[in-house]
Amino acid sequence: MFKRPGHNPFRLLLLLTLLVLGGCGDPPWNDPWPSEDVSGSVFFSSFAERPKYLDPARSYSSNEWAFISQVYEPPLQYHYLKRPYELVPLTADGMPEVRHYDAAGRLLPADAPAEQVATTEYLIHIRPGIRYQPHPAFARTADGGYRYWPLREEDLAERYTLADFPETDTRELVAADYAYQIKRLAFPPNHSPLAGLLAEHIEGFAAFAKAAAEQARRDRDAGRLWTDLRPLQMDGVQVIDRYTYSIRLKDSYPQFIYWLATNFFAPMPWEAERFHAQPGMAERNITLNWYPVGTGPFMLTENNPNLRMVLERNPNFHGERYPTEGSEADRARGLLDDAGKPMPFIDKAVYALEKEAIPRWNKFLQGYYDSSGIASDSFDQAVQLAADGEARLTPEMREKGIALDTAVETSIYYLGFNMRDPVVGGDPDDPADQERARKLRQAIAIAVDWEEFIAIFNNGRGLPAHGPLPPGIFGYREGREGINPVVYRWQDGKAVRRSIEEAKRLLAEAGYADGIDPATGNALVLYYDTALSGPGSKSILQWYVNQFRKLGISLVVRATDYNRFQEKMLKGTAQLFSWGWNADYPDPENFLFLLYGPNGKVEHHGENAANFANAEFDALFERMKNLPNGAERQQVIDRMVAILQTESPWLFGYYPKAFSLHHVWYHNALPHLMANNTLKYKRIDGALRARRQKEWNQPVTWPLWTLLGLLVLSAVPAIRDYRARERRRAR
Amino acid sequence: MMAYIVRRVLYAIPILIGVNLLTFVLFFVVNSPDDMARMHLGVKRVSDQAIAEWKAERGYDKPLVWNAEAEGLAKLTDTIFFDKSVRLFAFDFGQSDSGRNIGHDIAQRMWPSLAIAVPIMLVGLAVNISFSLLLAFFRGTYLDFWGVVLCVAMMSISGLFYIIGGQVLLGKLLNLFPISGYAPGPDAWRFLVLPVIIGAISGIGSGTRWYRTLFLEEVGKDFVRTARAKGLSERAVLFGHVLRNALIPILTGVVVVIPTLFMGSLLLESFFGIPGLGSYTIDAISRQDFAIVRAMVFLGAVLYILGLLLTDISYTLVDPRVRLQ
Repeated sequence: MFKRPGHNPFRLLLLLTLLVLGGCGDPPWNDPWPSEDVSGSVFFSSFAERPKYLDPARSYSSNEWAFISQVYEPPLQYHYLKRPYELVPLTADGMPEVRHYDAAGRLLPADAPAEQVATTEYLIHIRPGIRYQPHPAFARTADGGYRYWPLREEDLAERYTLADFPETDTRELVAADYAYQIKRLAFPPNHSPLAGLLAEHIEGFAAFAKAAAEQARRDRDAGRLWTDLRPLQMDGVQVIDRYTYSIRLKDSYPQFIYWLATNFFAPMPWEAERFHAQPGMAERNITLNWYPVGTGPFMLTENNPNLRMVLERNPNFHGERYPTEGSEADRARGLLDDAGKPMPFIDKAVYALEKEAIPRWNKFLQGYYDSSGIASDSFDQAVQLAADGEARLTPEMREKGIALDTAVETSIYYLGFNMRDPVVGGDPDDPADQERARKLRQAIAIAVDWEEFIAIFNNGRGLPAHGPLPPGIFGYREGREGINPVVYRWQDGKAVRRSIEEAKRLLAEAGYADGIDPATGNALVLYYDTALSGPGSKSILQWYVNQFRKLGISLVVRATDYNRFQEKMLKGTAQLFSWGWNADYPDPENFLFLLYGPNGKVEHHGENAANFANAEFDALFERMKNLPNGAERQQVIDRMVAILQTESPWLFGYYPKAFSLHHVWYHNALPHLMANNTLKYKRIDGALRARRQKEWNQPVTWPLWTLLGLLVLSAVPAIRDYRARERRRAR
Repeated sequence: MMAYIVRRVLYAIPILIGVNLLTFVLFFVVNSPDDMARMHLGVKRVSDQAIAEWKAERGYDKPLVWNAEAEGLAKLTDTIFFDKSVRLFAFDFGQSDSGRNIGHDIAQRMWPSLAIAVPIMLVGLAVNISFSLLLAFFRGTYLDFWGVVLCVAMMSISGLFYIIGGQVLLGKLLNLFPISGYAPGPDAWRFLVLPVIIGAISGIGSGTRWYRTLFLEEVGKDFVRTARAKGLSERAVLFGHVLRNALIPILTGVVVVIPTLFMGSLLLESFFGIPGLGSYTIDAISRQDFAIVRAMVFLGAVLYILGLLLTDISYTLVDPRVRLQ
């Protein structure tokens, strides 16, 4: 008698397995991407944390700018290849015209001394013909009205994303859009982090904020959800004509030009803001903070930060060509191969949410991500440090054709002393006590071995800092000229940390021989406040304790959460603390202001967390910030850095080094520490990627069949035993 | 039974108020409204004015639970606690502190959570029952002994090891499944197979041991001996009598977790990049988004109460001796 195949469970299982496996088709089974994207000009990357703000008035984090910088276009940008970093026009048709005026309103020469300058005007011309990405806010009806304005809440039924508004249109970018965005920066409900800074510089900014807040209150009372900022005037921002606008500052602030290359100064079409402010939009998450609208090479077509975010080529992009100027080193690396070609090169960029480092790393190795950073866990697998400290890829990486890029970041990580603390800061009215505290800080600066810290905790990814200015920032000095003489000696052509004996001698001179506090007769106790907590941080904190123990000082770690830590910093109750700073722009002012007296955290709620105040340093800072880069400025900076090295309000920890890897099919990769709008320069060879992915990800099924075989074999004695039991007589 | 259900629902109200109050106290012991504002506004260049405005816009400028300056009932009602709690009881979760609609987010994220939680529960149940029945059948033999040893070993291994090991073995070395990721719609199955396999395997140790204990308890009872004395085969005894009677405690364990399946699995979702509810609460805690934390804890409490109620009701269905009064 014959059985139908389906009746045999083993055959059914086999059939199902073959169907499932057969259904997987040609692409690798473990491929997480659609096959048409893999062979196309699509960039695959990941993000670990959902971006909080995509509104250019609020967004201020690198993980947010990674997206919106591809969409929004401020008037200026950084040149992709040139070093040191150089600003070039983006939507502007040239660099801004900068005019200085004295108190009587008379035009001053460009090199007029800062003290004569009463106002500064930036005149910016933008290029005509630039158009926004397709967006429903611009869509019109046949009679010229707006298709999606005004909408009632019931019109929004079944609309939950921007894609649910099928009709879109565009319009030309005009100077008024830039002016509108500056007004948005001042508008209090937008909570722009730059509002405080700009209020100090832009004429009429603070008055505008007040008037706009008042108007918003009136609108709210009248039931209007949107406050139209267009009719409200800001004295310092004028639209001259359709393509020209000016920004007037009430002082000389040369660093202002760098802000013109950030998203804060990108244009905002008022129609988009009005569209998103309609009733019911916020409840459906259709907000400007979720859906950026710009003129850039890409537009955000999918925003599901719990899964993925997708940027696609903006069909209305005005066009831009790959830079033609670069160094010989750039040419040798192939970074000028695409010189003069129209950008962007890629059609789509897919960013997948990948919270954990291990799957992210493994998918990069499988070829499913085009580039990757290196987590500490994977460092040894990817990189070997040679005896000279140079990082080289491991043979496994080289075999796959993976390339490594390294760059010292324009950031600093430091350990600060709270200068208001009587023990480490000294009595400001007692020079002798100041000297005692200075020597104590200098001794600690020698004892805390940052070279060791970098080797242990950063896999060698960092450069010990000798001052507050990282490489790449004007004023940074290399070699013998750049060493911190308080902490290092120059020996055999390199900086050598001073001995612990020298540190102990300084400590004894400070009155703490062998680390003993004469007031108590016991080891001097210092307190380190930190937001580091949890098992992962234990080794770092213990390392700090050990460094201080070298001097006989007892370091008490006061670990807390970040909120409490910030509170302590604001109140000035911390004694020692660690913090860091990442450059907003490549100017020394952006680092030296961290130690400028009037920026003290406790008194002025500024960014000077050490509350360092030194009259000479402050006077030099005032001078330095208005000087152009050159010999005079360098001289001033050298003196400022020397003051900081002597006073040691910080232990200049280290400048972190960024390591990034990319596959052979990923072209024009170059670390750029200032620009975020770099996606347009990248090129992908999709065909090569598809080939490599297939080659690297052939499914291996024999272990499964072996396991299945073993299970079947092991079942045989069990079945025999079962049958024997069934046949056994009852006892 | 209806009266019983109504009574249980009424009991739930003070429990939910208590849970809500406890969440509120715990959250605000750790975070102040100023901390929340700083977290949302960022740490660079944040002015005191911006912090004050942020709090005022979201109602965090009011007293926490007692408004001494207000009059009459407003002393209680014009507070952060009252403002943020009352709407929850109408399941109106409102907006997160970053402006997102929480109800919409939950509705979207619950499906991926269910897409892995339900198969893991069903596959796990089937595998655990089968394996434990096998051990019960071969009780006292080497197979039983080594099976229990294997179960203890599997219970002793951290869930994280299963996840990372499974990803490396099946996703990276054998290249059989995507290591992580998710796609909505019909393509989702490719991304769900691996987490479901791992989720089911990681539960085998504890599940099998528990079910084996239940089966062995039933195997020793008089009615089983009687069934055997009547000449029934061992298979008929196990499936027809032992399994059916052991289903009552199994059902208790299963029904009580059904509502909480909506809440997702934190580790699995995090490692596999599945956009479910598992990581929603943890993300909210780390971002100090009180609106989401409060909503999720409230929802979790409601679902747990619902689970217990369903368990009670399910008793009456599987055991005719049980009556709800």
